[in-house]
Amino acid sequence: MSELTAGSPAPLRELAGPSALGGGRRRSLELLYLMAVTEFKRTYFGTMLGYLWSLVRPLMLFGVLLAVFTQVFRLGSEVPNYPVLLLFNIVVFGFFQEATGAAVTSIVAQESIVRKTQFPRLVIPLAVVLTALFNLMLNLVAVFAFILAFGVTPAWTWLLLPLILLALIVLTTAVSMIVSSLFPRFRDMAIIWTVLSTVLFYASPVLYPLDKVPGTLQDILLLNPFALLLELARKWIIDPTAPGPAAIAGGYPELLPAVAIFAAVCVVAVWLFRREAPRIAEEL
Amino acid sequence: MGDRRIVIEARGVEKSFRIPEHRIDSLKERALHPFQRVEFRAHRALRGISFDVCEGEFFGIVGRNGSGKSSLLKILAGIYRQDAGRVRMAGRVAPFIELGVGFNMELTARENGVLNGVLMGLTLREARRRLDSVLEFAELEEFVDLKLKNYSSGMLVRFAFAVMVQADADIMLIDEVLAVGDAAFSQKCLDVFYERRRAGKTVVLVTHDMAMVQSLCHRGMVLHDGELEFLGDPEDTALRYLRLNSVATASRDAEAQVELDLNARVVRAGLRDEAGADVDVVEAGSPIELDVVVEAARALERPLFIFHVVNADGVVLVDFTRALAERVASGQRVRLAGRIENRLAAGLYFLNCYVREDREHGAQAVQGLRLVRFRVAGAAPGKGVVVLDADVQPALEAVPSR
Repeated sequence: MSELTAGSPAPLRELAGPSALGGGRRRSLELLYLMAVTEFKRTYFGTMLGYLWSLVRPLMLFGVLLAVFTQVFRLGSEVPNYPVLLLFNIVVFGFFQEATGAAVTSIVAQESIVRKTQFPRLVIPLAVVLTALFNLMLNLVAVFAFILAFGVTPAWTWLLLPLILLALIVLTTAVSMIVSSLFPRFRDMAIIWTVLSTVLFYASPVLYPLDKVPGTLQDILLLNPFALLLELARKWIIDPTAPGPAAIAGGYPELLPAVAIFAAVCVVAVWLFRREAPRIAEEL
Repeated sequence: MGDRRIVIEARGVEKSFRIPEHRIDSLKERALHPFQRVEFRAHRALRGISFDVCEGEFFGIVGRNGSGKSSLLKILAGIYRQDAGRVRMAGRVAPFIELGVGFNMELTARENGVLNGVLMGLTLREARRRLDSVLEFAELEEFVDLKLKNYSSGMLVRFAFAVMVQADADIMLIDEVLAVGDAAFSQKCLDVFYERRRAGKTVVLVTHDMAMVQSLCHRGMVLHDGELEFLGDPEDTALRYLRLNSVATASRDAEAQVELDLNARVVRAGLRDEAGADVDVVEAGSPIELDVVVEAARALERPLFIFHVVNADGVVLVDFTRALAERVASGQRVRLAGRIENRLAAGLYFLNCYVREDREHGAQAVQGLRLVRFRVAGAAPGKGVVVLDADVQPALEAVPSR
């Protein structure tokens, strides 16, 4: 089991101590991949339908909401392609909720690794996001089958979907970093986050398109980066005749606050995680 | 090893833990008392520790619980960051300090082996390639696809040790690794350590087992309340540690004032067989012939000699005290020889002696001496630590006839 180590001896190096990504980039990436894959397998191994369950959950929510918004409220019938819009939004927002919800307690759940090994701390919340991303990808395949079956004509703008997904992943990762690094010190974070993410669900144009919302409220909702993302997706993928975020807001400059908030969340996430990472092992 | 290359260099390492007197754990408390400064009590776990470890050296760190030895190991492993001072290291350091860390009981041995290999710095491909030799070492080839939760604790330890060994790091940091496992496997682990030693690997070992320090380590370090108490030869390391321990035991027993005191040193210590030759193995059941000479470092008034036979788990199995009702002059020698009845089960044992001088008002001066490390040979024991004559015989009971 031993190998000869040839060549010149390694020089003395300053010990870096624990950090967000200490221990080499390759190791971090491979750990990230392995952790995400094993978690994904673990969730669905031993269940009868396997990862079909990850599709069943959003479909059930979709069924209930569709019934409510087309039969009880009349909103659904005023919006073109409402059922597929609703399904797409639920799957996309479900990814955010699943990832951030699991991220909150992720570092504490991996306590033994954090306290007893030199482990790149950032890998833990990132693995949670990656696991959720596997689910999202599988679900999107099903969603696009629905979209085509519903009779939406494919457009060249479908090719822009990766841009939306990229922004979504960045935002989800940033929020996951924030909540996971705060939880070890402020245990209230878990409860706060379940409430906050529900608020965010209703404050994002998931159930309704933004152009159906009256003036002042619309201005407030436009601060939400999700409003931007979901309205872009609606125009590019579901309904080319939809106004798009800029038209709803009344010009591109009106979108700047949401973009600024998006950027601020990312900056705060990096700053906070870098600050907390070295001491997380002591706080557990 | 004066001209050897230094692979670990620690200079003035300081570490404090902030222990809140009133911990603010939730936002509510913070919201209710926004201006209340949290009172922290600083616990100084390490106070200016400096040392070097050379390439190929086995370096032991000993100390009582809470002495800071585990914190130091965690700093070396990159789990904690020191508050002050600097640490430099050369080569690949194993990034963990305990066996079986990061095992997921819901996954199979195969999956865990690969995950742990990568955790230890192997590439994914390397980790997969080495999995076979890991399982072979652990003698668990048939159980590769069994989930770890279905492993017995012995199998788990074997697997964990094999996974650790595969990483093949240049510097290994180990916290109480051999405290587990059955006798045969711990022998196998020891063999691996000796092999590592010959291969020139560097190992930093935190342990309570003075036998390991003395048999494996080139040098040792004693930490006490976060300070470096002693650094040097493994024999002296073990003695210093025993001395610290004897003080603690004595002060727990009675509220006596105990002073540490280098009052005696061992001139020679050994066991004899019937022909009078030195041995370190005693047959089970045959008496232990002790022959020890100590020299008083200063005058001792009516000293007491307290003997402990301790097993590898640190349990004191035999405890007897002999008094010398005389004054021993400085430099004078005392011979402690005689026969001890042996009912010990087969295994590894240590014989320690505490030389104690009782002074006025209940004060005591104590010196701990490590005398002998010996093995009792014989059939592998069951669970017992001693073998006693037992005149118990099963017999069928006659059925009472009407």
